[in-house]
Amino acid sequence: MVDIVENLRHDKMYQKARLQVIGMMLTYSVHGVIKADFDHDELVVLVQLDNLVDVLDFLKSHPFCQFEQLMDLCGVDYPHRSKRFDVVYNLLSVTLNQRVRVIVHTDEAIPVPSVHHLWKSATWWERECYDMFGVLFSGQPDLRRILTDYGFDGHPLRKDFPVTGYVEVRFDADQNKVVYEPVHLVQEMRDFDFDSPWEGVVTLPGDEKIHEKRQNIKPYII
Amino acid sequence: MSEKLNNQVTNKAEEIKSEISKNMSRALSGDIHTINFGPQHPSAHGVLRVVMELEGEVVKRATPHIGLLHRGTEKLLEHKAYHKGLPYFDRLDYASPMSEEHVYVLATEKLLGVEVPDRAKWIRVLFAEITRILNHLLNVTAMGLDCGAMTPALWAYEEREKLMEFYEGVSGARFHANYFRHGGVAKDLPSGMEDKIGKWVKDFPKLVDDIEGLLTENRIWKQRTVGIGICTTEDALSWGFSGPCLRASGVAWDLRRSQPYDNYDKVDFKIPVARQGDCYDRYLIRVVEMRESAKIIEQCLNKMKPGSIKTEDGKISPPRRKDMKHSMEALIHHFKLYSEGFHVPAGTTYTAVESPKGEFGVYLVADGGSKPYRCKIRPTGFSHLQALDELSHRYMLADMVAIIGSLDLVFGEVDR
Repeated sequence: MVDIVENLRHDKMYQKARLQVIGMMLTYSVHGVIKADFDHDELVVLVQLDNLVDVLDFLKSHPFCQFEQLMDLCGVDYPHRSKRFDVVYNLLSVTLNQRVRVIVHTDEAIPVPSVHHLWKSATWWERECYDMFGVLFSGQPDLRRILTDYGFDGHPLRKDFPVTGYVEVRFDADQNKVVYEPVHLVQEMRDFDFDSPWEGVVTLPGDEKIHEKRQNIKPYII
Repeated sequence: MSEKLNNQVTNKAEEIKSEISKNMSRALSGDIHTINFGPQHPSAHGVLRVVMELEGEVVKRATPHIGLLHRGTEKLLEHKAYHKGLPYFDRLDYASPMSEEHVYVLATEKLLGVEVPDRAKWIRVLFAEITRILNHLLNVTAMGLDCGAMTPALWAYEEREKLMEFYEGVSGARFHANYFRHGGVAKDLPSGMEDKIGKWVKDFPKLVDDIEGLLTENRIWKQRTVGIGICTTEDALSWGFSGPCLRASGVAWDLRRSQPYDNYDKVDFKIPVARQGDCYDRYLIRVVEMRESAKIIEQCLNKMKPGSIKTEDGKISPPRRKDMKHSMEALIHHFKLYSEGFHVPAGTTYTAVESPKGEFGVYLVADGGSKPYRCKIRPTGFSHLQALDELSHRYMLADMVAIIGSLDLVFGEVDR
């Protein structure tokens, strides 16, 4: 009997069925779930910001979910969106051998409720997300920068932050200390656009007629 | 006479007793002061800075400061085609490079939906396990070094050199291999490599016996590690522990078994689990894992069959040099791959592997272009280090190095 349960736990079809049930449960019976669908066999749940903690608490404590571990929390930046940030929670259940991904949308001003009381590991992940994207977490007692330098300005993983950054540091022998200066590139940053021009053809000057013909995709028969 | 002697003895005893209690109070409840551990400290295993509040010699609070090795890997990955970002992964956890490549390759393959040939899968499992031994040899003996055992480190370094020869044999580099590729591996094993690895793996358990002979039952080693840095099961789960640290706290969990990738479902191995959750248990788990890895390596060598080592899809894996001499299509593929790279269909995935340190994951967001839109790297040591304050609470200053050693931290991956 133990063997059967153990095998089921590792059976991919069974896992997928379980996740489908969890997805249905979330969409129909939990308040604040916008949608729950699959992406490459992984359950992705989109949640309203106001109900985030309730949904995560549900996922952590419901006997059918039991997500005891917050493996990862990160941000994704979509600058063209009105709420530009995704905050992504990757949860893992070691008891039931399943994963789920919870996503909320936010922007620079609206704080996301902290979940450090549900999982202790959340504190550093939230600090990292704040450091990299400037996402605020309400209720987080220790919202300091974590990976960047002491006194760093800006949020480097935002799409509008340049790869080269704004400041560079060096040791100044005269002042006998490390000094910060604006970035000075001896050679321009080499960020080549290798993407093929042949696939999403743009109209070249003088080629308008040929281009129109191509866009219509008519067979070339007179 | 005897009474006088008796009195003398009693007085002396009183004197010693009061002196001890005076010293004890000085050691245990002396003045509170703050000291700075690292960032340049040999026992910090990298550039860790811990600000410690001490009460005498007892750690009251330890605040780790990280980020001194932050290189912005995630930002750089967003500006590099998929295959050009791969070498960055070697440089994350430089003690176990190929395991890090493994996760990026698997995540991309999942989004691409490519089939990897069987031999490539076996080679990847083989080298993932070689990497595990490489990492554990370093960690176990470096932790020994922190606690005063010098010899194991010397032996392990010699053994690591042999393993790095295998690395060099297949990829040309001792550390930053860049050997796993999207859709397979870069090159087939050179002739004679399988025999060499087979010969080495037969002798290897002897070395583990030797290292264990110096440490496992050693009185000093046990005094330094048993009962130090205890982490309960609940705490381990809440702190997001994984790998040997989680197994030492009594959770039978290994991604190679429960969410198998590549050919891990076709090999037979045991997963060690311990109960106490202290430094000694974490050490024991790693020692047993090395023996199990050796068994997996043997099975890989037996089950491996000749065949192709990367996907035949010309849009993803580069053509053979020979084909490029007479096939125009191969030449075009080569040019396109090494300038533009391949396009990954839009989608997201969180893929994780059991790296030697624990769960190492990648959250990959593809937008259909040739560069990742976002590639979040889930480092293992990050969540282990976070628990340092709680693990070291009310332990002595000298236990700090044992705890840091047992957590197996590498700052390349913690800081990214």
